[in-house]
Amino acid sequence: MSTATISLPAVPEPATSSTPAVHRNWRLPWRQLGRLLLALPVPLAILAFWQAAAVYEWVPAQILPSPSAVAATFVDLLRSGELQSNLLISFWRVLWGFLAGAGAGLLLGVGMGLSPLVKDYLYPSFKTFAQVPALGWLPLLMMLVGIDEALKIVLIAKASLVPVTLNTYKGLQGVPTRYIEVAKVYGFSRWQLLRKVVLPAAFPPIWNGVRYGLTHAWLALVAVELLASSEGLGFLIVYGRQLYQLDVVLAAVVVVGAVGLLLDLALAQVEKYLLRWRRDAF
Amino acid sequence: MSDIAVSRHPLWWLHPAAVPKRLRGWVIPALLLLLWWAAFRFNWSDSALLVPISKVWQTAERLSSSGELWTALYASLRRDLAGFAIGTLVGLLVGAALGLSRLLEGLVGPTLNTLKQISLFAWIPLISMWFGLGDAAKVAFLSLAAFFPVVLNTFEGIRSVPPELIEAARVFGYRRDQILRRVVLPAALPSIFTGVYLALIYAWLATLGAEYLLTSGAGIGNLLTDGREHFWMDYVLLGIVIVGLVGFALNWIASRFEARLLRWRGHSTAQF
Repeated sequence: MSTATISLPAVPEPATSSTPAVHRNWRLPWRQLGRLLLALPVPLAILAFWQAAAVYEWVPAQILPSPSAVAATFVDLLRSGELQSNLLISFWRVLWGFLAGAGAGLLLGVGMGLSPLVKDYLYPSFKTFAQVPALGWLPLLMMLVGIDEALKIVLIAKASLVPVTLNTYKGLQGVPTRYIEVAKVYGFSRWQLLRKVVLPAAFPPIWNGVRYGLTHAWLALVAVELLASSEGLGFLIVYGRQLYQLDVVLAAVVVVGAVGLLLDLALAQVEKYLLRWRRDAF
Repeated sequence: MSDIAVSRHPLWWLHPAAVPKRLRGWVIPALLLLLWWAAFRFNWSDSALLVPISKVWQTAERLSSSGELWTALYASLRRDLAGFAIGTLVGLLVGAALGLSRLLEGLVGPTLNTLKQISLFAWIPLISMWFGLGDAAKVAFLSLAAFFPVVLNTFEGIRSVPPELIEAARVFGYRRDQILRRVVLPAALPSIFTGVYLALIYAWLATLGAEYLLTSGAGIGNLLTDGREHFWMDYVLLGIVIVGLVGFALNWIASRFEARLLRWRGHSTAQF
């Protein structure tokens, strides 16, 4: 804090500018704490009710194991390393599938967004292809590529390809013509136009597409692992279900939710970083 | 085509711009069909997976005249729409309550947001434990699939109503219910509709997932599963076409409905 003010001699009065900052620093945690306190009763009530239901045997443990049993199973799965190894397998599948799908989607979207010719040729076919959800292609893919790793990667790639392509294309299409006219008046070259005008203007929708793509990739991963897999988080869920061990199912479901949340948060952070130049405008 | 500069070249017709604009979209599907036909005609492969187009058509005719296709389609659509209706209705109510009350939002919002992160299909094993494998389980799952997008978009829609509008309404002496009906609802409607639209798409996706995973009864998903298990490529291809057509039809109906509902907004955005 103090080093920043020293290195910036242009700041006129450091004393007055730092007081509101301190003031805000004091107030912020209280508001967040208040929000947290407000958010807690509902989940706690659910947990308490759930635990009570298990303790007083309102429902058989086979149908709803108690939260403490789920927590114990969670710790067991962690200790044995089963959870980590399955999580890692799922993680790599999502990563490769997503990279392949989002990469292809960016290429396709940029191609269609920048060239009307490419768009004329590809867009109708792409729309038709996108009309069938990833799960609809699943049986065909199972017949064509079997049920190995390739199936998971291809399906996840398809699931992330569609939103990335559509948002990239629409984002590029949506760049206001005025911006491009202004850039032309200033004599921007084609590359400069792309780099300095089109890309920054189209970035928010493109990034939105990437986020949707990752969400869809995670959705597709769980679906394909539930249907055809012998490893991974989805398999852990199926496995628990088959053995009537709902504690395993619930523990795995919690992990699925937590990973989904983490992925979303990570992308939101990246977005904040990439769009830091935009804050100046407001 | 005379205006194309490349036309002097002997191979000018190979240039992508040589195809009339309206036909360009058909080139890739036509090439694929040609490839499919040629693969069969010239016996490039004798894999059981390679079925002629005519066989897919015959299967479609056979299944539709025996009624099998219609039973499956009816079963799928019925549970799709039932789940969609329940999920959307509950989503609208919850979303509106959260949007109108800061207290409720603080209490329930974070829990809902956390639950939303659980990948949709991960619910299926739990739901199958609690509701069995029949239609009740499927409809419960579909309601869940439709619920989340509607809640979020209804909430966002109500929260993003410009405060100036509400102030203006207060100045005009609107009562609370008048503000809700004449100001908040119309302003939030586009966002609410986005949620309903998403719910329709998710519900259809979830219908397939539910039919794959909760294998009992009839449905398009079961048709696809049957085809895959018996290595009947014609069944699978037919199933995919139907899944696509239903998705397309649902989309189309929703966009018509939206255009009608939001007619009063005019076309101001389209003019720019």
